[in-house]
Amino acid sequence: MKLLKKEALPILFEKINSAGKVIYAPVENHGQLVYQRVSAYDEVKKDYIQTVQSAKYVVFPKIEKLLDYQNSKDGTSLSEAVIDELPEIVLFGVRPCDAAGFDVLKAVFTWDFNDKFYIERAKKLTIIGLSCSKCDNECFCTSVGLNPGSTKGSDILLTKNNEGDYLAEIVTDKGQAMVSLCTDLFSDHKDDNKENYLTKVPVKFEKDAAIEKSTKSFENEQIWFDQAMRCLGCGACTYVCPTCSCFDIQDEGTSSKGIRYRCWDSCGLSQFTIHTSGHNPREEQSQRWRQRILHKYSYQPERLQVLGCVGCGRCSRSCPVDMNIAEHVETIAEIEL
Amino acid sequence: MDNLIKKAKELLENNLVQVVIGYEKGNTQKSRPVFIFKAENADKLIYDESCHYNLASYITRQEMRHTGKMAVVANIHALKAMLVLANEHQFIEGNVIALAVDGSSDVTELKTFSEIEEYIASHPVELKEKEKVLLEKIKALSKEERWEFWQNELARCFKCYACRAACPMCYCHQCTVDCNKPQWITVAPHQLGNYEWQMMRAMHLAGRCVDCGACAEACPLDIPINMLTYYLSESIESNFGFKTGTSATKLYVLSDYKLEDKENFIR
Amino acid sequence: MENFEPKIVAFVCNWCTYAGADLTGTSRIKYAPNVKIIRFPCTGRIDFMILMKAFVNGADGIIVSGCHPNDCHYTSGNFHARRRWMVFRNLLDIMGVDLERITFSWVSAAEGAKWAEIVNSTVDKIKKLGPYENYKKLADSQQLKEVIHG
Repeated sequence: MKLLKKEALPILFEKINSAGKVIYAPVENHGQLVYQRVSAYDEVKKDYIQTVQSAKYVVFPKIEKLLDYQNSKDGTSLSEAVIDELPEIVLFGVRPCDAAGFDVLKAVFTWDFNDKFYIERAKKLTIIGLSCSKCDNECFCTSVGLNPGSTKGSDILLTKNNEGDYLAEIVTDKGQAMVSLCTDLFSDHKDDNKENYLTKVPVKFEKDAAIEKSTKSFENEQIWFDQAMRCLGCGACTYVCPTCSCFDIQDEGTSSKGIRYRCWDSCGLSQFTIHTSGHNPREEQSQRWRQRILHKYSYQPERLQVLGCVGCGRCSRSCPVDMNIAEHVETIAEIEL
Repeated sequence: MDNLIKKAKELLENNLVQVVIGYEKGNTQKSRPVFIFKAENADKLIYDESCHYNLASYITRQEMRHTGKMAVVANIHALKAMLVLANEHQFIEGNVIALAVDGSSDVTELKTFSEIEEYIASHPVELKEKEKVLLEKIKALSKEERWEFWQNELARCFKCYACRAACPMCYCHQCTVDCNKPQWITVAPHQLGNYEWQMMRAMHLAGRCVDCGACAEACPLDIPINMLTYYLSESIESNFGFKTGTSATKLYVLSDYKLEDKENFIR
Repeated sequence: MENFEPKIVAFVCNWCTYAGADLTGTSRIKYAPNVKIIRFPCTGRIDFMILMKAFVNGADGIIVSGCHPNDCHYTSGNFHARRRWMVFRNLLDIMGVDLERITFSWVSAAEGAKWAEIVNSTVDKIKKLGPYENYKKLADSQQLKEVIHG
């Protein structure tokens, strides 16, 4: 355990900047907390619970170019998007739930195919996490196998103590590399019990029960129908979620030149599964809602050995009609089979 | 509230409707939409100042098509939306019963289009103060400033379409943005895509928007897109005398024309 | 900008303005060559988004022109167009689009001279306004040259 004094933070930022890296941290923008590029520590929002949007766009932007194409009489030429010149990014102030979310993205993007766009960005990303001294009603990290001080996914995890200084756990080699930029800022510290500075997040449901019951509830149409009735079928929950990773690929341009890009897509949208024939296997919202829950609580655990939900609660906060995922999963976990 | 619950139970017990769409106590939010299929569940129904989501958006829902008759707890905006839907033949008169609520404990059952029209005529409504202020602020900006304002606001949009989903008037099975032959509006959430989407959305809602603000409330990124549709509502009323959501039968403003339509910009 | 030659796209109806433009030519009236004419059966068919596509594809100005009211070949197409343009123009106004760059007109098949005047005056106006930088920058966002970060 190291200690990072509060006066050291602005200096840490300066050191990171001079090393040519770019820092992203929570700032207030248009009345909301979002992760944005910052140059100095004083721009960072202090004392908050959670941002509205997740930080996943640093490894999975809302839109990115895949390739350029050009048609001429000699044929078609393609040039792939250049990704080796991406900057090194340091994400500062990421909550433990969000940090764990990056592990889920990694599982998806390196599962059966190595997504080079994700990989290149993830290689250049260092995560400085910040554990939670406060939580709200929507947080439920403790129900999905995490906790407010979890180091999963973070390269360095900071925990603020009562003096306003930060206990620093150097979790990975990348974290160590970050520390070596400014070793004098990190002093050795007698093992302080970080639990003293963490909030308590009440457990809402039992994780394994949630996984088991959701897996076995595929054919229980009533429960999905009941839960999904008010769901509007927009993509708000998907896009603010730190682990959702579905995307659409489109070509845009003229017959002579254009680009191919990928952008975020949502399984909640009605046309998500429409086939070229016109058939839509998920025509009703209850089917789409079922897919959302099962994808996170059944398919991903089974096939990727990772739970697809990190309990950040963003979806519940952003949903226009209060689709509260913890509430829904709690109901499922309590089904009598 | 008690009147509402009583009315709902009555309608369900006597099989006059198969579902009552109203509000219940929420979890993250103070209230949220609820679908009551059985009379014994009607006790969940509430109505207070936190209930402003426009429930008329559920009338055209896929699942509601096979449900049968429905009753909708309707504030003034939902009633206006119902008239626009009625105008566009989206439901048969009598199949959707409006339970008009106005913040008091009164609940007025409105079954026919003319009953709804009368109720609306006797309950004038204005934009909320906050909305008026923002609209005036944008109107006072110069042309260049307005461009910057919208470029700035729309930069963060990620095309979740919550605005479309929450709007009672957006019920197209396949939205223009979902069409790719031709691709009118790009799917992409880049700056141009976001700008074109809002432009198209405002035009497709011109003369149909009932100023409920559901779009801006639904937006997870707090982008004030309702300002665009409000501005059009205002200018359509002043140019053509057309008041959206006041008649189930009057021809839609852009399907109609008058020889006397006056403009000052065509040479 | 001395050397700036604006690109103008004209959306015209087949029966009146297109024929009128033809008359301009057969009458040997000289007018600015900056206009690309797109022929529609009627102004009533012109979708508002297609006007914006012209700007996206590099136009600095647009002209929309059709039959005079009461003279529409399809009786009422131009009446519907007139209403649509009034509404769309208001929307463009609140969204900050430069309305000076859009010219609406009624030009009949007999008004060859008027067509020339419309084109020439529009080209002069756009020359003074310069290239439509705002929209070009917006259209450029399609190239995704920079990665969007938050």
